[in-house]
Amino acid sequence: MAVITVLEAIREAMREEMRNDDRVFIMGEDIGARGGVFLATEGFLSEFGEERIIDTPLAESSIAGIALGAAMSGLRPIAEIEFADFIWPTINQIVGEAAKVRYGTEGKLNAPMVLRAPQGGGVRGALYHSQSVEAIFAHTPGLKVVTPSTPYDAKGLLKSSIRDDDPVIFLEHKRTYRLVKGEVPDQEYTIPLGKADVKKLGEDISIITYGLMVHHCLEAAQMASLKNISVEVLDLRTVRPLDVESIINTVKKTGKTLIVYEDNQALGIGSEVSALISQHAFEYLDAPVIRLGGPEVPAMPFSPPLENMFMIDAEKISTAIKELAEY
Amino acid sequence: MKIELPQVGESVTEGIIGRWLKNVGDKIEKYDPLVEVITDKINMELPSPVRGVLREIIANEGETVQMGGFIADIETNENQENTNQDKLEPDVTDQEIGTTGVLLKNTAPVGPTGSSGPISRDEPLSTHDESPPKKSRYSPAVLRLAEENQIDLAQIVGTGINERITRKDVISFIEANSTIGGKASTGPSDQDTQSRKDQEKIALTPVRKMIAANMSKSAALIPQAWSEVAVDVTGMVSKRQDIKESFMNKEGINITYLPFVIKAVAESLKKNPLLNATWSEEGIILKKNINIGIAVAAPDGLVVPVIHNADFFSIAGLAEIMEALISKAKNGKLTLPEVQGGTFTLNNTGALGSVSSRPLVNHPQAAIMTTEAIIKRPVIKEDAIAIRSMMNICLSFDHRIMDGAEAGTFSMSVKQLLENIGSDTLIY
Repeated sequence: MAVITVLEAIREAMREEMRNDDRVFIMGEDIGARGGVFLATEGFLSEFGEERIIDTPLAESSIAGIALGAAMSGLRPIAEIEFADFIWPTINQIVGEAAKVRYGTEGKLNAPMVLRAPQGGGVRGALYHSQSVEAIFAHTPGLKVVTPSTPYDAKGLLKSSIRDDDPVIFLEHKRTYRLVKGEVPDQEYTIPLGKADVKKLGEDISIITYGLMVHHCLEAAQMASLKNISVEVLDLRTVRPLDVESIINTVKKTGKTLIVYEDNQALGIGSEVSALISQHAFEYLDAPVIRLGGPEVPAMPFSPPLENMFMIDAEKISTAIKELAEY
Repeated sequence: MKIELPQVGESVTEGIIGRWLKNVGDKIEKYDPLVEVITDKINMELPSPVRGVLREIIANEGETVQMGGFIADIETNENQENTNQDKLEPDVTDQEIGTTGVLLKNTAPVGPTGSSGPISRDEPLSTHDESPPKKSRYSPAVLRLAEENQIDLAQIVGTGINERITRKDVISFIEANSTIGGKASTGPSDQDTQSRKDQEKIALTPVRKMIAANMSKSAALIPQAWSEVAVDVTGMVSKRQDIKESFMNKEGINITYLPFVIKAVAESLKKNPLLNATWSEEGIILKKNINIGIAVAAPDGLVVPVIHNADFFSIAGLAEIMEALISKAKNGKLTLPEVQGGTFTLNNTGALGSVSSRPLVNHPQAAIMTTEAIIKRPVIKEDAIAIRSMMNICLSFDHRIMDGAEAGTFSMSVKQLLENIGSDTLIY
């Protein structure tokens, strides 16, 4: 198997789907001649041409709205929002409209569109280049929200998202783009949406997480194993729909759960996961369910020490593991 | 290539790692003895399944490993090639990548607006200075486990914060009481022992640990009752005396009392199948074969070789089989089939001069019998005092499976068969 980066995996997924299906096209800011701000669509313009690789004006509401219309008309658009921080103008098109198409037309219409956006901090990007937006979209029935952590997952999940018949918000963590490498099969494969993945088996504590944090959690789990604390790491992969079965299974196994996410902790994905656990696995709990998430601060600060304070890392996770193990 | 502890025999689920016969870095041929493994049935040398170089010992001496668990890593030629290929990719770390991937540490992530550039790594700040939660109530998991296993939580010492009883504490307690009973009871702690000069601690060998676990299991799980019967073995003693020399000449081995006893026990087990059984909550399982284990004191500790289908053999045949098994036991050469499948155990405690003993049933069997020292005693025989060779037989049995009546019938059967031995007893 080839070892590639998350960015390369995303590029491969889109290229394969574009070659397989003429209905797939990409639109977004700087995605054509520039090849995308992160070069996710590098070389696409020359291969697929201007009709399928469409550079748009700096108007996210239009990008989302046009994509929605195209999807409802039978195409399969991949709309790239250059940074998730700029996704807010799309809320009306996505939350207000796309999510409700199938429901509102009694299934007569649907919107098979993917809205891709790089998100997350830890890259010294401050207020407008570090936001995490999954919770906002995950709140809305009718949308699917995917948050891959590895090249393997990113490719398999993006292909499934493009083939999905309803709108999918595909959120790629910028810090994983070049920092996370992994094996990806040479053969074609897809990963079903809504299925979590146990990234590491363990006995004492379950960590439930997604995105970049998967890697910090794996590192912390490794450190914990030196202290004879056995940590299981469950990667949600898709934060809507949540894989309730996998969540409950790991909690029943260990009785102690830590939910780790970079996004603001309050009312985040971990809050829903925590509620599901107390509802479905109450009798298996041996400790309070702990969330380790971003602080009650409106945005990623610009100052490096403050950004470090905002970001969750392996050491913070290790401290939480230790406290939970001792409980 | 990761080497697993293979499944060795029925009802064995784990083994204790004994001495490693190879060191890290040693070249290993396929089938080279790799490590000693001790199970509750046997000690064995595990042969290497592959040829290569021992890269890592994962399970150290004394560690308990589940069957199928990894014990070592052997670098085979195939692996070496793969490793070399991986090395060609310079910025991938040495650790295995797999589809889970790896987070690179020595590479700059994307820059804030899409370009790539290094960023400084600053000291992270700890955000955790909260005081630990106070002890209060049992967690739902603890309550559920306690209820399911009918455990009084007051018996358990908590290891959680402020001595909270954790789920793991309850699980350990359950395991200790079901498999290694008494582990939870209080004894002198390590610290006490270490600080005292008037006593000495002997390290537990793997065999000792295994015996301890098995004995605790027997004592903890089986409600055992005990009885003793005196047997007049004068006839057996003289029969053996009569044939001793000729047997030695003919067969080349010494004939002992043991084959006579095994024969009598095998016959009696046939007539009393409850003694050749196993308890289960779903019902008593009668064993069709009569496989008698004989307790043998080997240099490392107790071993119990098994005579399979003991009822098929003559006294002479049993003598030959026993001779071979005991010799193998003393040299540590028993194979797995020779120690497993026992359905009843016989122990000749008389060899140590004992006249009465109370053995522990070899779990999951139904009963164990000892033969005690043969001693000449004055006894009343036909209203006269006679000097007879007397031997006690002692029987411990699982009272769940049978009552005293069945156990007594068995003992009386053994007694009668032994007392009937005389000059006309056939040994072939």
